[in-house]
Amino acid sequence: MSAASEHLTPTQLAWRRLCRSRVSVAALLLLGFMMLLCVAGPWFSPYGPNDQDLELRAVPPNAAHWLGTDPLGRDLATRILHGGRISLLVGVMATAVAVVIGVGYGLVAGLSGRRVDALMMRAVDVLYAFPFITFVILLVVIFGRQFVLIFVAIGAVEWLTMARVVRGQVLTLKKLEYVQAARAAGAGFGRILFRHMLPNVMGPVIIYASLTVPGVMLLEATLSFLGLGIQPPDASWGVLISEGAASMAVYPWMLIGPSAFFTLTLLALNLLGDGLRDALDPKSVL
Amino acid sequence: MGRSHNAASGFSMLRFLISRVVQGVVVIVGVLCITFLLLRMAPGGPFQGERDVPEHIRRQQESMYGLDRPLPIQLWNHIVNFATFRFPPSPKMPGRSVGEIIAEGFPVSAQVGLAALLIALAVGIPAGALAALRPGSLEDRVSTVAATLGICTPSLVLGPVITLVFGLKLRWFNASGWYDADDWVLPALTLGLIYSAYIARLTRGGLRETLALEFIRTARAKGASEMAVVFRHAFKLACLPVLNFLGPAAAGLMTGSIVTESVFQLPGLGQHFVGAAVNRNYELAMATAAFYALLIVAFNLLVDIIQALLNPRIGFKEDA
Repeated sequence: MSAASEHLTPTQLAWRRLCRSRVSVAALLLLGFMMLLCVAGPWFSPYGPNDQDLELRAVPPNAAHWLGTDPLGRDLATRILHGGRISLLVGVMATAVAVVIGVGYGLVAGLSGRRVDALMMRAVDVLYAFPFITFVILLVVIFGRQFVLIFVAIGAVEWLTMARVVRGQVLTLKKLEYVQAARAAGAGFGRILFRHMLPNVMGPVIIYASLTVPGVMLLEATLSFLGLGIQPPDASWGVLISEGAASMAVYPWMLIGPSAFFTLTLLALNLLGDGLRDALDPKSVL
Repeated sequence: MGRSHNAASGFSMLRFLISRVVQGVVVIVGVLCITFLLLRMAPGGPFQGERDVPEHIRRQQESMYGLDRPLPIQLWNHIVNFATFRFPPSPKMPGRSVGEIIAEGFPVSAQVGLAALLIALAVGIPAGALAALRPGSLEDRVSTVAATLGICTPSLVLGPVITLVFGLKLRWFNASGWYDADDWVLPALTLGLIYSAYIARLTRGGLRETLALEFIRTARAKGASEMAVVFRHAFKLACLPVLNFLGPAAAGLMTGSIVTESVFQLPGLGQHFVGAAVNRNYELAMATAAFYALLIVAFNLLVDIIQALLNPRIGFKEDA
């Protein structure tokens, strides 16, 4: 208990490194602000996302409607915040699906024998070459445009990199002495898996999960933009951008508002992912 | 060392090519099977419309398109048809074959995609190289920030914004459609700028890493000019990450093309694919998906070959 800094857990160490980078802190703050805005904002809005005021159709930004209204007289700011909830939720849930599949697959491949491992990884190589957007589109079209299905479909195609990363990590860990010591001491497969492997693959998993979130949100927005994702009157950012693009010639604010929110969030997520990678990379020293 | 590598490379090149082609065929057959199963699992058939059709007519229609046969046979016929480029007529489009539609849509998509790739390379490589040669300079910072912004800007935002500026305000180009000879410019710009950001990043990283290597120091020591060092010695190696990225980029350009074609209302493959998926046009959706897979596989193969030719250290290893 001499110097506090010598007894930091890896998590504390990583957090300290993250806070040292100004860009990461800014990204974290921006992201936190966006999430707060989307989660809490709608409670303070005097309008509902689908409330129409037919007197005020397609009004440019003003004091009552900060970001203007759409041609149906709905408050755009409220709709953007509600859309943000959906977009962020899809981002988190689809990433969770991808993490579960990817980590499971990677662990099994890494811990199995060489032959099973080679087969499983070759399958991943082959899957990498698949035109996934086409599958997501087909999945959504076939099983209906339900909310749950959208993130399952997206998550089901975004796990490949995660599987590769986890498997690589497991292969390295497997050879380390402490794992062999545990095995020699009689630890079973399950104990090695949960007690020794999982905590040590969490770092890379967090990094890739944080980099998966923006990709997933982009995919959801793409689907919604094409009319295959979230269905009106519900709105995600993709839906709002699509509506904005359709009427931008006359009502440019309808494009600019949602686009700015979406792009800023993606920016924050990407920068934070990069920052996390730097902070959690065991090779980088404090 | 170099000689012995060349002597063995003819054989290993062949092995490498064969293994890659086999892998590609597996991918394409996989795509065909999965799309087929997905579409057959879907509720509703191609003849399910507003009106109920009498049983015997429906059966006749189905037998005309081979829909009444057992599923494995349908699947087999489907794969054989695709392999021999004999696309069956689609029940959703009497009188038009799937092959015709792909032949119509592909040139549009290919023109836009190729132009986008060239724009991405033409913008990304100089920007990345400039940043790498003067680390920490203003050029470096501007280029890095622009690249970060570019990576985070999705095509569904950039596309409408570019249309708004160049199509609607400045009126330099048509805002949408495929009428004039220069209608490829805005969609290609949309896709190309986004990919130039990735390429700039990769070029910067690759070039900086290469410039720190020993053989560069040797080249400098023997008195080669800075230009010669960069272009003759460093660039070949520095390009590898960029080249590596071109495989995924091809897939990304395809994804992006589905969005840009929708933004700019281009009659390309992406539009046909989305349309086919929505209308349950089995034949067209499957054929387009398989065609996409074919494109990606071919492109990846090309990239692998170029990469192996450029970098003697990689060689033609079977596992990649």
